[in-house]
Amino acid sequence: MAASANMARNTEPETVEDPDGRARFDELIAADQRVEPTDWMPEAYRKTLVRQVSQHAHSEIIGMQPEGNWITRAPSLKRKAILMAKVQDEAGHGLYLYSAAQTLGTPRDKMTEDLISGKAKYSSIFNYPTPTWADMGSIGWLVDGAAICNQVPLCRASYGPYARAMVRICKEESFHQRQGFEILLHLSRGTKEQHAMAQESVNRWYAPALMMFGPPDADSPNSAQSMAWNIKRFSNDELRQRFVDMIVPQSEVLGLTLPDPDIKWNEERGHYDFGELDWDEFYEVLKGRGPANAIRLERRRTAHEEGAWVREAAAAYAERRRQQSEKAQAA
Amino acid sequence: MSAPGSNDTEPWPLWEVFVRSSRGLSHLHAGSLHAPDAEMAVRNARDLYTRRNEGVSVWVVRSSDITASDPDAKGAFFESPRGKEYRHASYYTESEGVKHL
Ligand SMILES: [Fe+2]
Ligand SMILES: [Fe+2]
Repeated sequence: MAASANMARNTEPETVEDPDGRARFDELIAADQRVEPTDWMPEAYRKTLVRQVSQHAHSEIIGMQPEGNWITRAPSLKRKAILMAKVQDEAGHGLYLYSAAQTLGTPRDKMTEDLISGKAKYSSIFNYPTPTWADMGSIGWLVDGAAICNQVPLCRASYGPYARAMVRICKEESFHQRQGFEILLHLSRGTKEQHAMAQESVNRWYAPALMMFGPPDADSPNSAQSMAWNIKRFSNDELRQRFVDMIVPQSEVLGLTLPDPDIKWNEERGHYDFGELDWDEFYEVLKGRGPANAIRLERRRTAHEEGAWVREAAAAYAERRRQQSEKAQAA
Repeated sequence: MSAPGSNDTEPWPLWEVFVRSSRGLSHLHAGSLHAPDAEMAVRNARDLYTRRNEGVSVWVVRSSDITASDPDAKGAFFESPRGKEYRHASYYTESEGVKHL
């Protein structure tokens, strides 16, 4: 993303062990400093980052679909404009993150291919459908809200380009969450039907949003290594708890309930207790058997293929201009 | 010295984007992007890096046109200021308490 990010690599990923490089890397991590693209890094660190950053980028890009789907039907010109701005931001987030992943030596085309071939993963939250307008509210409030919870600590991730991309993204995300909250607030205070629509939507999004933090710590074998590398700063369960603690009071302001009878303030822990989540469903959706997996990928593939002529034309135009200016210089 | 950003595996060249946030300030590096030519790079930079009034002017520079210091020599290359504290005002303590100095 930022300068040094791209003062980057023009070679294939480094695989040779380099004792000095490793010592320097260990020093940087121990001192909680940033690793930059030109630094030596262990292959496993690079791989972990490529996977995480590209999945993150894919999620931003696929994440445009459930909302883009509502732009034409948003209930007012103002709401259309807001939704367009949000969807455009998500495109930007995807691009910042692809840039960060590219500094690790993975070409953009490769990442796109992995996404549209179904090889790469993205956040399973975007495989749920958005049948009502209230879903635009729930996505902003709960999905962007959970994303923010996840992303704020990533602003201190040890890989410089990733951390810098996250800083930029986090600045933009707060508008996303607030506009969603407002959609729900207006519906909740509206007619009986509107209130019911808001409640029904929150009921559907609550559990999937909580699952965005990933499986429980006990079932998350890679977390410890990511934390040792200062990529991850808090465990899945810690972040999930933090999120629940935030949204329970917020739901009260909204005048809506959360669909979990076990939510209860626990004085002793100083946190809200909440019920078990259905992780079988999570893994089903992750494996591509969610309600909208096929539609999301198909749309992404079509968009990519239908955009091919634009990319080719732009490249041909740039090449012709280059040749013309060379000729002019020679003359 | 490595030419940064040049990468044969990317179809479009990489550009570094510099944004001036308001008149009178320097252009600061904002990030990077891929684009087929300078004109497209400027347009894309506007969409990607100035959606919220972040700037009044944008520069784009092909990353391959930037010459960077050699990362492997970073120790030696930046060594010379070390031990030269007298280049900082804080080195001179005897004027402590004297006004307007
Ligand atoms: Fe985003
Ligand atoms: Fe967002």
